[in-house]
Amino acid sequence: MATSVAEAGTARPVRTRFANVLFWRLVSIALVLGAWEIAGRIPVSFAFPPFSATFAAFVGIILDGTLPAAYLTTLQPLATGLVVSAVFGVMFGVLMGLSRTAEWALAPVFIVMQAAPMAALIPLVTFVYGIGLTAKVLAVCLLAAPVIVLNTYKAVRTVSPSLLDMCRSFLGTPLQQVTKVILPAAGPVIFAGLRLGVAAGFIGIVLAELLITPTGIGDIITYSSSIADYPTMYATIASLIVFAGVTVSILQQVETRFVRPEKRA
Amino acid sequence: MPAALLLWGALWEIAGRLELVPILPPLSDVLIAMGQLVHTGQFWAGARTTLASFATGMGLAIAIGIPLGMLMGRIAMADRLLGMWVNLFASAPLTALVPVLMILFGLGSTTVVVTVTLFAVWIIALDTAAGMKHVNPSLLEMVRSFGASRWVIYGRILPLAALPEILAGIRLGLIRGVKGVVIGQLLVSIVGFGELFELYSRNFLMPEFWALTLFIFAFALVASEAIGWIEHRIEAYASSRS
Amino acid sequence: MTQRLARPPRLTLAATTDAPNIVEVRRISKSYGNQIEALRDVSLAFPRGRLTTLLGPSGCGKTTLLKIIAGLIPADAGDVYVNGRVVTGPGPERAFVFQDFALLPWANVLRNVAFGLELRGMAKDEREALAAKYIRDVGLAGFEKRYPHELSGGMKQRVGLARALAVNADVILMDEPFSAVDEQTRRKFQEDLLQLLAVERKTVIFVTHSIEEAAYLSDQIVLLTRRPGTVAKVLEPRIDRSHGPEAVRRDPAYLDAVEEIWAMLKQYLA
Repeated sequence: MATSVAEAGTARPVRTRFANVLFWRLVSIALVLGAWEIAGRIPVSFAFPPFSATFAAFVGIILDGTLPAAYLTTLQPLATGLVVSAVFGVMFGVLMGLSRTAEWALAPVFIVMQAAPMAALIPLVTFVYGIGLTAKVLAVCLLAAPVIVLNTYKAVRTVSPSLLDMCRSFLGTPLQQVTKVILPAAGPVIFAGLRLGVAAGFIGIVLAELLITPTGIGDIITYSSSIADYPTMYATIASLIVFAGVTVSILQQVETRFVRPEKRA
Repeated sequence: MPAALLLWGALWEIAGRLELVPILPPLSDVLIAMGQLVHTGQFWAGARTTLASFATGMGLAIAIGIPLGMLMGRIAMADRLLGMWVNLFASAPLTALVPVLMILFGLGSTTVVVTVTLFAVWIIALDTAAGMKHVNPSLLEMVRSFGASRWVIYGRILPLAALPEILAGIRLGLIRGVKGVVIGQLLVSIVGFGELFELYSRNFLMPEFWALTLFIFAFALVASEAIGWIEHRIEAYASSRS
Repeated sequence: MTQRLARPPRLTLAATTDAPNIVEVRRISKSYGNQIEALRDVSLAFPRGRLTTLLGPSGCGKTTLLKIIAGLIPADAGDVYVNGRVVTGPGPERAFVFQDFALLPWANVLRNVAFGLELRGMAKDEREALAAKYIRDVGLAGFEKRYPHELSGGMKQRVGLARALAVNADVILMDEPFSAVDEQTRRKFQEDLLQLLAVERKTVIFVTHSIEEAAYLSDQIVLLTRRPGTVAKVLEPRIDRSHGPEAVRRDPAYLDAVEEIWAMLKQYLA
């Protein structure tokens, strides 16, 4: 009988493995923060505060509400941009995956967009859309959409032709082929594309804050930099990097656990 | 692909002539500007600075990234301690660090070089590490049995064995490096092409702006294709590794 | 379960013929590109309720012909007749069993078997009940909730067969269905298939490159030549199956059939 073979004795119990990973992560964090603290105290540069000062500043701007408010402001265009990129990105990707004409016409555009430094175009965005929400949403889209489109397109194209034949042989209509075979089959890669898109979107919003106009997070960074409040500046930047990292990491976990790669062919 | 690009080029021309979008001049104007730019000293000075920063940054990224990746790939402790940081930075919005770099390294090319390095190094390390993990153990046994020293193993055998993954990492690193040099220069904006971008956008010289953009885009694509070509040449080797 | 399960209606076209040949192909030709002529001028008749095998060396176009009959690929020339009418695409009267199983990896066995019915819009409870019946018939009772990656090759193919049976098609087209499983499973499968067909009374068109398999299963064997595929010979080994599967493998008629086929094929392999 074909049940999954239990790897008796070779796999450690999950809890021990998890504890092990956690232990080393903590050690690693301790080492890096320790190094940061020492480097800040030497000091490596007058503009390089030690970890303790940065952490203190971090706690400060959380408690007085500056940081949470800033995130809320910054997350608006980020979330909006990501949703728009995801919806239109998947749509375009599916279209390109199904239609040779669409593929021929659109693939080069998105390939160029993904390889090229789209950042160069962000200053231009302000000319047309000013410095408001729209401009920032557009900046996020410019960076996030290409990778979503390309991943979706690739996923749709590489759906097993055998599965599609099977669906056709049982009289599946084209719509059924898309909804019952192509989309579920392409799901994991599309999700991976969304995860990469989120990472790219964070870059977009940072660029928008720094190149278009600073509000929210960008505001704290530029202001604290201008008054030489380096601990606050570093704290904000570090928090952003960690926030982005955690978000992407969560998506990765969701991907591994719920999008169930092992169930796909 | 070229045919489709021609189609888009034609659409660009039409859109530009109809002045549909204020920031979009006709493609022909942009192409003329590109031709003119090539004759200006400004452009070449900017190009030299930009290329120098890019090359230095990439060189550093490769010089640091490959050993780092080899370390992570071969020594479990290194992987446990460094892995999470490399992964974090590989997908983090490193752009956020540029203001910090500007303070630490000043408003000049140094910052740009560091930006390029930071943008490219993580993915190079990750791909190198992956390559290391895929090296056939019997290859190493064989080499050791012939008395190869550690230097030879780390200096020549391992990099060659993992060459496809390393090249893939470098190719991705290159694309990120180009983004790094552009973003670095945009934010520093007083060096290289960043200075020119600033000049053009302030004076609304759109054909010149797009011309410069196209040059950079073209460079990014050419560099990427060049590595891709090298990858292709060793493809047979890559698939013949057991 | 004593209630009669509602089977999907026979959606066959109003065929007045209860003709002896349920499927006919006339002058089928197919080429790929300019160089590869897969089939040339093939004409065949497939008797109702019988199992016909398409047999030949690799590259003789047998799978191509099967897919043309299934309506999955178009022929360059010639026609396919089902129940006396020309068909140009897939139809409810034909069901296909794939060599690589073609199961939905994200669906369990029950859903996979019911898939053909799902595509037709049958209600969930109905189609699951029907699927469950066929899952039992192919010997997979108890595995309804399993996923394809948990099944062996032989079991996956049983799912494929159950799926084809569930849509109540008249003709089942099988593309080297047992080639991806081991020898013992293969034999068991062949025996089970014959038993199943005795009950279900389907017409089967079967593709294989195994001579023994063809001789064991078939009422009619079509030998195809190497590219370009043409019909070399049509054989009808009259093998008495009434004494059970073990006896068949010792029946002189079976052994003769195997020898005759081998002799024919040798000519073309040389």
